[in-house]
Amino acid sequence: MNNDISYDAVMARKKDIMKQAVGIDYDEFETGGIAFDYERMMRETGYSLQEMQEIQRETGVGNTPILELKNLTKLARQLAPKGKGARIFIKDEASNPSGSFKARRAAISVYHAKKLGYKGVIAATSGNYGAGVASQAAMRGLKCIIVQECYDSRGIGQPEIIEKARKCEALGAEVAQLSVGPELFYTFLRMLEDTGYFNASLYTPFGIAGVETLGYEIAMQFREREGRDPDVVVATNAGGGNLTGTARGLIKAGALNTQIVGASVNLKGLHMASDKQFNRKSFTTGHTGFGIPFATWPDRSDVPRSAGRPLRYLDRYVTVNQGEVFYITEALAQIEGIERGPAGNTSLAAAFSIAQELDQDKIVLVQETEYTGAGKHIQPQLTFARENGIQIIIGNPEEEIPGENIILPEHPGLIKAKDIDLNKLRKSYIKNCIDITNVTSFTNEDVKFLAEDSKSNTEFVIDTLKELGIRV
Amino acid sequence: MDYAKKGDWVRIHSIVLTPDQRAAQVPEDTKRVPLEMWTKGFLIADEAKIGDTVTVETYIGRKASGNLIEINPYFEHDFGKCIPELLYIGRQLRGILEGGERIE
Repeated sequence: MNNDISYDAVMARKKDIMKQAVGIDYDEFETGGIAFDYERMMRETGYSLQEMQEIQRETGVGNTPILELKNLTKLARQLAPKGKGARIFIKDEASNPSGSFKARRAAISVYHAKKLGYKGVIAATSGNYGAGVASQAAMRGLKCIIVQECYDSRGIGQPEIIEKARKCEALGAEVAQLSVGPELFYTFLRMLEDTGYFNASLYTPFGIAGVETLGYEIAMQFREREGRDPDVVVATNAGGGNLTGTARGLIKAGALNTQIVGASVNLKGLHMASDKQFNRKSFTTGHTGFGIPFATWPDRSDVPRSAGRPLRYLDRYVTVNQGEVFYITEALAQIEGIERGPAGNTSLAAAFSIAQELDQDKIVLVQETEYTGAGKHIQPQLTFARENGIQIIIGNPEEEIPGENIILPEHPGLIKAKDIDLNKLRKSYIKNCIDITNVTSFTNEDVKFLAEDSKSNTEFVIDTLKELGIRV
Repeated sequence: MDYAKKGDWVRIHSIVLTPDQRAAQVPEDTKRVPLEMWTKGFLIADEAKIGDTVTVETYIGRKASGNLIEINPYFEHDFGKCIPELLYIGRQLRGILEGGERIE
């Protein structure tokens, strides 16, 4: 082990530590300054869909039920113009062993770590993924460390994050809780170096491909049940892995006409690395603070090339507000009899709005739910918000200001998903590629890659590059 | 109980980076405070009191050091307080579903 543990020294060893801890030589897939062979990386470093289904079956992951939300559908129809109001369904991922779809990602990572002979796994996550990794590690007899960003400098933490720490500990993991800051990554690297464990990153091909079974199951279950694919699948979008994996699975099933919609909670104006603002947000995941930066720069993750590339698959991206998600969470419990955690209901709030735009014979599917309980429930979350000076108001959600208030819609008709301009995100992604890689001229391969990675076309990429003053 | 003895389950706290060691990109308010870490484990020394620097063996057998802050630590999070603002939602929705309202 290297003795220099200063921030700069550890960060300088990042590449070597990662190579040791992931077992993937990312250089092999690099083809240019910007381009890399994404599909080859997914193919050669991962597992086939059938292999993943078997791996997940071994630990009871997947094959979760699809539930039709008849009362929410009825409600949407009462609010929608005549003839509108698509049927709303939910894929109940809370039925996975650790209580969320994240068990799918963890299943493949942990299996792979075990196969390669690692003694343990580490994941940096404040969210459900920690519980997924801890649960899978317990089943496969590996040790597990979860590193989470948990407290502000007053030592105060969101009940939701604290609950996730409890869950990880309950499943036999060591949990290291940190105060706010991106140097969580530094601590994570030190632990990887110190233990020699596997980096069960959310963004390796294993972490993303594990979700493909979710997309695949959706298509298969709908074909069996309704004789066709869903028209729209809404995925909560944070780091992009959920959306990427689901979309890839749907494509693998041949569900090519299903529209993929990403949904995030609007947290505009709150800085993710700010000690003061950390506890002024009431959503710890599924919000724009992750959703937008990861969509416009996926490789900002903890591996050299992220396998989660949401822009590749997004047909539409919408935001909802915190109050709308809390409202729909209460609605799910009260009129559908299903109590689930709020973070997973971000996409449900969006789906409830989108359903009202579509004809009644259409199908909208929300592709995840998460477990709820103490800390991870709207009541403790709103209690926490109130104790941190956030106003809770019943009114018009349009007036919500993240970090200042949470506005519960006074009527369900006020729940409206708002579109984010995808072309703006695409341009921002291309600009980030230039700024971060410092590439000054583009090859045809780069242009083709950027077109694929932003789900646009070469014309769009060339026009954007020209706007930015880049020679092609 | 202010003393922990060998093998007790305890919570420790440490400073990972002091404010001057923090990363350059960190916002001003975060840069003013240290990066702190909390973890738990079984006390290795024969005896220690709250505030002592100790080494513990974590649940998975790793060694970690820090200041002893809690003995037999437990979680205090719960279902929160009553949020009266939430109470209209179920009643409102049932009212609409039972045919009281039709908006076109």
